[in-house]
Amino acid sequence: MVGAAVRTEPPPTPMVAVSDLSIHYDGVPALEGVSLEIRRNEIFGIIGPANSGKTSFLRALNRMDDFTRGMQVGGRVLVDGHDVRRVRNVYALRSRIGVVFPLPVGLPMSVYDNVALSPRLGGIRGKAKLDVIVERCLRRAALWDEVKDRLKSLGSLLSGGQQQRLTIARALSQEPDILLLDEFSIAVDPVTTMRIEDVLKELRDELTIVLVTNLVQQARRLADRTAFFLGGRCVEILPTEEMFTGTVQDPRTREYVEGRFG
Amino acid sequence: MQTAPSATSPRRRHDLDRRNLSWYVDKVVQVLVFVGGASAIVFIIGIFVFISKEGYGFIAHTMDVAEFFTSPRWAPTSEHNPTYGALALIVGTASVTGLAMLVAVPFSLGAAIFIAEFARGKTREILKVMVELLAAIPSVVWGFIGLSILNPLIIDLFDVPVGLGILNSGLILGLMAAPIMTTIAEDALKAVPDHYREAAEALGATRWQVTRRVVLPAARNGLVAAVLLGVGRGFGETMAVLMASGHSVNLPTSVFDSVRALTATIAAELGETAHGSDHYSALFTLGILLFVVTFVINLTADLVIRGIRKK
Repeated sequence: MVGAAVRTEPPPTPMVAVSDLSIHYDGVPALEGVSLEIRRNEIFGIIGPANSGKTSFLRALNRMDDFTRGMQVGGRVLVDGHDVRRVRNVYALRSRIGVVFPLPVGLPMSVYDNVALSPRLGGIRGKAKLDVIVERCLRRAALWDEVKDRLKSLGSLLSGGQQQRLTIARALSQEPDILLLDEFSIAVDPVTTMRIEDVLKELRDELTIVLVTNLVQQARRLADRTAFFLGGRCVEILPTEEMFTGTVQDPRTREYVEGRFG
Repeated sequence: MQTAPSATSPRRRHDLDRRNLSWYVDKVVQVLVFVGGASAIVFIIGIFVFISKEGYGFIAHTMDVAEFFTSPRWAPTSEHNPTYGALALIVGTASVTGLAMLVAVPFSLGAAIFIAEFARGKTREILKVMVELLAAIPSVVWGFIGLSILNPLIIDLFDVPVGLGILNSGLILGLMAAPIMTTIAEDALKAVPDHYREAAEALGATRWQVTRRVVLPAARNGLVAAVLLGVGRGFGETMAVLMASGHSVNLPTSVFDSVRALTATIAAELGETAHGSDHYSALFTLGILLFVVTFVINLTADLVIRGIRKK
């Protein structure tokens, strides 16, 4: 059987609590009135067609709107109980939230330095310590065996799929509480995608994952609960299996899930 | 369901052996841009041949290579014993350019980083326009500022008899080179893709950390180019240096000493020489020297950049 086991007891405080979130770009709405909660240690899937506000939603969680010109965010976002609008050190907030972008971003430095960047920003120096972190993160991102002999070569020279796993390794090196994945498999071949998906399933024990995906089946394979976004609104949120087995309340969700959309 | 090729949109038939208008336009454009590109090579070779020809008489007959490079005595107009020692001129140009770079590099890199990485919206736009305006100030105006503002200022501040010298012309040249270096450096920083910045910021890096660890290393080539362009500017600048350096042949011992630059020497003396005389072709030899030095600087820049790229 495909699909992840649905967790039954919801923990006390949600990892992310969003209420009445709205996002505008230069006055044009991208997201309106979204309220939802993401539980600890779950994989929370977000599906929906293009322009449904999925990526905007992610960007609001770690205040990436700060460096997107013209992006205005209304409503409230609590991460681990902290209002992200009011935190006094936005850098500390971001360092607790790992992000994997749709297109892999191998920073123009060595593979090693890519993964060691975040620990170094956090003040970890000693080579021995960094070596351990780099190896652990690369192993967990299923990349170690392929790059262990070329840690010094440029990260941006790796293949697309390798760069994407490098990005994931870099995000893990932050030791984040939350991992945001924005259509991570767009530039990755199916075999690698499967390997990364296995990694994500294991990671669920340690952190909370928000998975934005265009692949409905990927959400089905991974997510505990899935939200369906459409036209800047959250249509509904269901335990993933229910969304695919027919108990959806909104006909639009069913149409999208079954591929009869747009 | 099949849609048959409808009558409303008949498939255009292409004759594979018929060259159409686009084919000829493409050929013509190819020739035109080739001429444009080749002309650069033609000009550079042409200039080199010309100055070599004019300097040849001196190099072949009069020039004493050891004297030229080691003697500080530049006295081509002496009645009895004309000497052609270019050391003082070389040192003059080098010292003024060196000081100018000490001034211009931190200023221009700082300004470029501020404009590209920290300033937002209006501030950024206004600053960019200002810097570009600054770059457009003619060099004679800079020379005038050196002569009439910096000169008395240096005399007052440091209690020296004359304010024209390395300090004055170095400052002037530095301020003059800074805007163009800023513009080039800022372009280099702007060429670093935004998704690098976003990726680093998402890791929790502060603006300065993003700049230092990601943007500056990524823009290294362009920044090196900006600095070397500044060096080239300093080497080649004539008018401002002529006005602010004091223009006396002298091996300097302090930054207040007056010096004479290679370029200023050519500009000041060429009009007073007889065509084809030793003095005339000696000046062209200085020109060859300038040409070679500039060429070496550019070549080094190129090699440095390639070396960085390979790593």
